[in-house]
Amino acid sequence: MEPQENYVLRTVEERGVRLVRLWFTDVLGQHKSVAISPAELEKVFEEGLQFDGSSIDGFSRVQESDVLARPDARTFELLPWARDDEPSALIFCDIQRLDGSPFAGDPRQVLRRNLTRAHQAGFTFNVAPEMEFFYLNDGDSRTPVEPVDNASYFDLTTADVASDLRKTTQHMLEALSIPVEYSFHEDAPGQHEIDLQYTEALAMADSIMMFRLVVRKIAMERDVHATFMPKPLDGVQGSGMHTHMSLWRDDENAFHDPDHEYGLSTVAQQFIAGTLHHAREITAVTNQLINSYKRLNDGLEAPRYVSWARNNQSTLVRIPVTKPNKPDATRIEYRALDPACNPYLAFSLILAAGMKGIEEGYELQPETQVNLFDRQSAADAGVATLPRSLDEALNEMEASELAQEALGEHIFEWFLRNRRAEWESYSRHVTQFELDRYLRQW
Amino acid sequence: MNNPTILVHPAPMGSSLTKVLDVLRCEWKAVSDASAAQTLEPPGGWSGAVITVDGNPEMAFRIAKWLRSREDAASATLMLVSAEALPELADNTEHFDDFCLMPFHPAELEARLEHMLQRFDGDGDTAIISFGPLSLNVETYQAVVDGRSLDLTYMEYELLRFLASQPGKVFSREILLSEVWGYDYYGGARTVDVHIRRLRSKLGEEHASLIATVRSVGYRLGTANWS
Repeated sequence: MEPQENYVLRTVEERGVRLVRLWFTDVLGQHKSVAISPAELEKVFEEGLQFDGSSIDGFSRVQESDVLARPDARTFELLPWARDDEPSALIFCDIQRLDGSPFAGDPRQVLRRNLTRAHQAGFTFNVAPEMEFFYLNDGDSRTPVEPVDNASYFDLTTADVASDLRKTTQHMLEALSIPVEYSFHEDAPGQHEIDLQYTEALAMADSIMMFRLVVRKIAMERDVHATFMPKPLDGVQGSGMHTHMSLWRDDENAFHDPDHEYGLSTVAQQFIAGTLHHAREITAVTNQLINSYKRLNDGLEAPRYVSWARNNQSTLVRIPVTKPNKPDATRIEYRALDPACNPYLAFSLILAAGMKGIEEGYELQPETQVNLFDRQSAADAGVATLPRSLDEALNEMEASELAQEALGEHIFEWFLRNRRAEWESYSRHVTQFELDRYLRQW
Repeated sequence: MNNPTILVHPAPMGSSLTKVLDVLRCEWKAVSDASAAQTLEPPGGWSGAVITVDGNPEMAFRIAKWLRSREDAASATLMLVSAEALPELADNTEHFDDFCLMPFHPAELEARLEHMLQRFDGDGDTAIISFGPLSLNVETYQAVVDGRSLDLTYMEYELLRFLASQPGKVFSREILLSEVWGYDYYGGARTVDVHIRRLRSKLGEEHASLIATVRSVGYRLGTANWS
């Protein structure tokens, strides 16, 4: 028995935990949970929990359907909202095949594999996402979308509801070992942002899974619906998940070079070059919903062009300005991601793209100096555009060796098949937009 | 209640040390090297160690290091050192808990040993590490501040336990990483900062300052040893 497993067993006993939730993630990034009683925990640590994976999206093919959930004892947490009435705990799991080898359909294992690869090259991957989301009066899709603080300039009470929610959420996150950097009201009505403190990517991906759950749960308790849908409202900005990232080597920020104008090392420049070079191939994963592209196309805060700049909201990669005496803070910000992505897979692909840039010594294209306000100006500047639809993104991904290698055959194929089916059913759907425009006119 | 068993190096040991250990009702075994330390370890584990630096400093610290590296390293280590060999300690501060200058005064050594053993493992059954409002039960892995149980992850607990086992002592991120996480972990020293931040948050505003940041050095629990 590993010491961390012993710690979990003792704590479960001492704190009278009644239920242990084993957590994992399907291929699209939906949360899955199996609850077991503490009495079973020791056995599950030793042998894993066997279950039929064929019912989980993107897991098993029918002929090899049984898999094992192996709890990662270092992720054990007591659930802060269940402290008194029914103490419960959570543990994230890795999924294995019955022979103990990593299961190819498990997104957490995919990220582990990509991180290990970067580690073999001497790098640790640190990330910090800015999580944006909307508080809505309800989650009913048949009625118009109504932000909870739509009237925030006039109605102090509704504005308070949202800031109370955010405060409670922040406390809950801290209790779950998820440190918050900032939180504030975003530009759009009902839109809020909570920025997480940077940490190693696997821990952060776990944190994002918890984050989405906590935000929605706290909101639900107050009869508010929180959504991470990228673009719930017309005419105002959507929700992104701008992610700050840096590679570290031997406890030094490998992105920092004091002699460079922006403090960027060669490693950083090659990493950026890698993400730009492969950006179109990985967008289907960083932006996996049909709705994701409504955000990317809105011309507001979201990036549309495969470019980089020090300070330019329309570029894909931004270099935040840092103080010269703070080498640790040198980082890049990848702005395409939205909060409805699967963080394990999205981080895997961005890292793989960046590492490719380093391994192959990609040359970084010049900084975008002009404001790219439309496709023509981008084309004139020789800058590519991000895919404008899920369909286009899937075509790019399908042709990508990098995506196939980083995700592994199993997830690569399933993801394409599943997202294509989604696109097909959307293509057949007659929208309100069409009815409004065409019904009377034609 | 078992008497604590103390590791003594080198073997054979001096008679003045024997007297001190007898007064303290300690069992003791003298070992000459790290492998003997391993083979002679009693079933309940070493409760503490008295290691003489002079003569063979390298071996002395090898044994001290081994004591620290064990899984349930709840033993306290005291180094005996002459004034001439004192500089040897500077490079190895993370491997021992206390030291005493040779030739030692029996009363001083006795007091130091007693204090050190109490802090680590009073009666061999339960080990409570206390510091101010904070207390950790090493047996049950529970941490309490002001009577309130802390909900900690394993690594948060281990880090707090390590800091609390030597209050007032400053540990660098590198030391914390290697001692608490082990070398196989690849989160980097940043991991330490992240966990310190989490611990402070869980200790609550009132007690967050129990863990102090020592600029460009590292972290310590409580105020400095010599202030």
